[in-house]
Amino acid sequence: MKHNLYMTPFLVISITAIVVLPNAVQASEAPLNYFLHSYGPAAKPTMYLGWVLAGLSVIICIVISLLLLTAIIRKRSRSDPYSIDREGGGLLWIYIGTGISTIILFGLVIYSSMILNQVAKPTQTPALTVTVTGYDWWWKVEYEHDDPTQHIITANELHIPVGLPVLIKLKSADVIHAFWVPKLAGKTQMIPGLVNQQWIQADMSGIYAGQCVQFCGAGHAHMGLEVIAKSPQEFEDWQNTQRKTAMLSFKTFEDPGYKVFMDQCAGCHTIRGTEAAGKHAPDLTHLNSRRKIAAGLLANTPDHLKKWIMNAQELKPGSRMPSFALSNHEIAALMLFLSNLD
Amino acid sequence: MNLFDHNRSLPIGSDAKLSTGWWGVLALIVTESALFAYLLFTYFYLSAQTEQQWPPEGLPSLTMPIINTIILLASSVSVWASEHYIRLKQIRWSIGLMALSIILGISFVLIQLIEWHKKPYDMTSDLYGSLYFTITGFHMCHVVIGIVVLLLLLVWLSLGYFDDRRHAAVTIGGVYWHFVDVVWLFVFATLYLFPYSDSV
Amino acid sequence: MAISDKKHNLPDNRLERVPEYGCAPTGSTVEMRLAHTWECNPGWRGWFSTVDHKTIGIRYLITAFIFLIIGGIEALIMRAQLSLPDQTLLTPEQYNQLFTMHGITMIFLYALPILSGFSNYLWPLLLGSRDMAFPRLNALSYWIFLFAGVFMYASFPLGQAPNAGWFNYVPFSGPIYNTGPNIDVFALGMVLLGISTTVGAVNFIVTLFKMRAPGMTINRVPILVWGTLTASVANLITIPAVSLAFLLLWLDRQVGTQFFDVANGGKPLLWQHLFWIFGHPWVYAIVLPAMGIVSDALPTFCRRPLVGYTAVALATMATMMFGFVVWVHHMFATGLPTISLSIFGAASMAISIPSAVAVFAWIATIWLGRPVFKTPFLFFAGFVILFVIGGLSGVMVAAVSLNWQLNETYFVVAHLHYVLLGINVFPVIGGIYYWFPKFTGRMMNEKLGKWSFWVMFIGFNAAFFPMHIAGLLGMPRRIYTYSSHMGWDTVNMITSIGSFIFAIGILIFLVNVMISLKRGVLAGSNPWDAATLEWSISSPPPAYNFAVIPIIASRHPLWENRLNESSERSSLSEGYLLTAGHETIGTSPIDAKPQVILKMPGDSYIPFFVGLFVSLLFVGLLFHWWSFIGVMTAACCITLILWMWPQKSLAQRTVFNADHSSQNNSEKI
Repeated sequence: MKHNLYMTPFLVISITAIVVLPNAVQASEAPLNYFLHSYGPAAKPTMYLGWVLAGLSVIICIVISLLLLTAIIRKRSRSDPYSIDREGGGLLWIYIGTGISTIILFGLVIYSSMILNQVAKPTQTPALTVTVTGYDWWWKVEYEHDDPTQHIITANELHIPVGLPVLIKLKSADVIHAFWVPKLAGKTQMIPGLVNQQWIQADMSGIYAGQCVQFCGAGHAHMGLEVIAKSPQEFEDWQNTQRKTAMLSFKTFEDPGYKVFMDQCAGCHTIRGTEAAGKHAPDLTHLNSRRKIAAGLLANTPDHLKKWIMNAQELKPGSRMPSFALSNHEIAALMLFLSNLD
Repeated sequence: MNLFDHNRSLPIGSDAKLSTGWWGVLALIVTESALFAYLLFTYFYLSAQTEQQWPPEGLPSLTMPIINTIILLASSVSVWASEHYIRLKQIRWSIGLMALSIILGISFVLIQLIEWHKKPYDMTSDLYGSLYFTITGFHMCHVVIGIVVLLLLLVWLSLGYFDDRRHAAVTIGGVYWHFVDVVWLFVFATLYLFPYSDSV
Repeated sequence: MAISDKKHNLPDNRLERVPEYGCAPTGSTVEMRLAHTWECNPGWRGWFSTVDHKTIGIRYLITAFIFLIIGGIEALIMRAQLSLPDQTLLTPEQYNQLFTMHGITMIFLYALPILSGFSNYLWPLLLGSRDMAFPRLNALSYWIFLFAGVFMYASFPLGQAPNAGWFNYVPFSGPIYNTGPNIDVFALGMVLLGISTTVGAVNFIVTLFKMRAPGMTINRVPILVWGTLTASVANLITIPAVSLAFLLLWLDRQVGTQFFDVANGGKPLLWQHLFWIFGHPWVYAIVLPAMGIVSDALPTFCRRPLVGYTAVALATMATMMFGFVVWVHHMFATGLPTISLSIFGAASMAISIPSAVAVFAWIATIWLGRPVFKTPFLFFAGFVILFVIGGLSGVMVAAVSLNWQLNETYFVVAHLHYVLLGINVFPVIGGIYYWFPKFTGRMMNEKLGKWSFWVMFIGFNAAFFPMHIAGLLGMPRRIYTYSSHMGWDTVNMITSIGSFIFAIGILIFLVNVMISLKRGVLAGSNPWDAATLEWSISSPPPAYNFAVIPIIASRHPLWENRLNESSERSSLSEGYLLTAGHETIGTSPIDAKPQVILKMPGDSYIPFFVGLFVSLLFVGLLFHWWSFIGVMTAACCITLILWMWPQKSLAQRTVFNADHSSQNNSEKI
């Protein structure tokens, strides 16, 4: 009877495991699952370190649990509850236990310092420097160039060439955020008044999700970004497109969409090649080239965009983007105007 | 059987360094020292990273601060002497010296107020001003509290509460005053001497 | 009884005397005199003026437990919000206030105060004293804690509660991004609470060094005392850091200073340093006394003394020593130089070594002992497992590059809950089951007790273990919702279910307390056959604690005859009587030789009023009522002067000059 009672934790653990396992398979596809799927030299060594530490922890935990359970249920020769055992003895437990722990920890200290050195800096000079600035609650992404006309500004999307280390300078425009694309590297805080750095390198082309991971206020849950790794050639093409100013056929107030944009949106948003030069919100010059809007919240479709303009405060409460009360006519014109921002 | 000679006579109550109050004030001093350590850490942390003119008025003038430091140290000596004379049963000397300490303490406060007044910045004008006035302000609070304590001791001495055998309050209040003075040396070194180290 | 009158006529008998020595069985004149002297006023007057450490200890326990329940309800609301993806039960702002208040409540208003409750109640009983070193300060520390707690909750009903997380990073908590009163309430409340914690710490330290029973040398004090001592020293050294940080923040917000103002050269990282210089040692301050509870109470249920007393005591202090120098491990992602990170990472891993000492000491104690499966034992044994899990996840987050992944995810949330609930709540509940008979004179119900343990233990692991997984799947902490495609649905659902099961466990415990208070079996003085001094006196203990101050000869005064380790025996029924008013014995700091007869203050309203005026002063600061602040400062000064005024009854001033009946005696001296 007693024995059964003390088996309960095991039962619980195994039942939990049975329930969780199938879901674990599904969860392993989670976009931020760095523990099973890290890529590139800035993240992979840490993933292996994680496996070693997690495996070791599970083993130690099982060993200690077994020791404790045995200590509790092992047979005793005497059972006179009134007698008290002598104080001495048992020190060997502490010596051996602490000794083994110390040796393991010493090994871990060395191993983790080695991993730290591997991931702290890239082995070759970064091919590209990108500046990412955290805003409440989105990311401004800038590719600097000696020629200012070649400068690229975009938002919430970080395009990088595959196989090359990319240096990322991290700034903040307001409060502390943290840049984290877990499958490519660990996180670094973006601290106002300070320029932090980190590097990433993607070995395979693909899309890697990222997320602000330092609590920064109302929109913290909806501050995502994506790193899009592509072949150097594709990357070059992308850069060339982004460098162009907006190709708009009508840039006058005669056009009702242009007028709505200038009246309502231009205070915060920029469209290069027009008079819209607001600095508080994402640059919209190449809006339609992006996969998502509202810092990863919605896929970039005309429907979503319309919803976002009309109901931003419902979709992302507290967002700096207001919900605009536009007439049907106005929104249609604005949507038409925005559809030209390729 | 018994571990102690329980026929030994023991002092009763607040007996100077046997009193709990003495231990209490030592603990208070530990925590207050930590507070000042963090204040000075804040100063050094911010000054090491600043790009501003530091201090804004250039190197601080040392004459008055040095005089003031001497005044404060003198008050410490006289508090010590005051306690010493109680032990010698010369209460009048003790009272006189305590009064002198208070006068010296108040002089320190007045001179410090003049120093504050002369500064071209205030707490809100720049980072240095915030630091300068917060640190010296914290110290000033401690000096004022210390003066109140010394005043109480003076009153109690004058009322004849203490004699050569019973004057724990003087010992306890005195050590607090010494602490306030020692802290000033660190504050002084940080705010007035440290800026010179860069210019050497 | 054995009070000698022969020295009564010597001229200095009020400054020095041979302490009366003898026995004082219950009902004897001496015992009745003690009871008369020490019992506090009845009714509301006694309620406001009592300085009895037992009353204060119980108040601490109850108040802190109420805060635990409040913080728990906040957690349950959050778990309801997170149980499914894309829920809209809460707005982000509501969620942010809830998690902030949950953190503040649990970490500041529950975790340390509950341990202060145990220590307040138990220290004088464990150490063989009649009260704490500063009984009035003790009362003050409670009142300020209570007022600070109410203060920090005052803006909650208005929807303006602190909302920047319990570590409150600037500039988000600064004047630009947080314009309401939310953060001011937190900042001032923390400074106020800091006063309470500091005076409490001073009291514990002085009590330990001055108030131990004769013969209780420093290597004979219980581990709980070591734990609380270490925590108190840490508080003394680190509380100023956080009080200063919050004060500077308040100045930035309300006066216009620029410490954290980025535009004018202020540095947000300064906040992180000051906060974590405090924050990390604090984490140890809220677990070391709880570990002490286990180290002291577990042996009772193993029928043998703790294995490796000295090692465990030293490990307790070593943990704190390391604890002072590892604050940077909360800041690994702030861009500090790699070399310093690896040093801080190594130091953080090294903390596990003293923890390992304690774990193996507990296991060895159980292994070599003969466990008695009472409820407290279950809590202590369960605690060991949770401690190990929390410690191992701690080693994982101490590895710098892995920390860059794990930090600020749910993995850290899991880690800190294993540490804080596992190492604080489980020993605390176990401790209440253990000392409840001493507190109330009645036993708690065993059957409900076992139920409460298993429900809590299972609920706890179901709630918090999946959080590790959520963290490994990349779930950031402090998000008010998440979308389904992130793959976090299952783990969150399990966590939410587990948290409600855990809450049911706490509820069973509370029901047990209620039932046992009225109908529990009468306990007698030593129901568990335990070894330490508190069990040598009746349950609940009399107002004066010990009719005679015992004389101690070993670590286990009540087991001496059975352990028979030396010929020396503690003397529990014969010792110093000290009946001339509120008196107890003061001893030397290390070897506890009697040094002085300490005069203790009686009941006093002053602590209540000082606490009230100080708290009102902070209310004034919050609203910028400058003249009100002036009045309150003056009121504080006056009450403090009254407090400090040397009293004859406390032998703080010379008796003869002021004593009207013997005014001429002063000439003779």
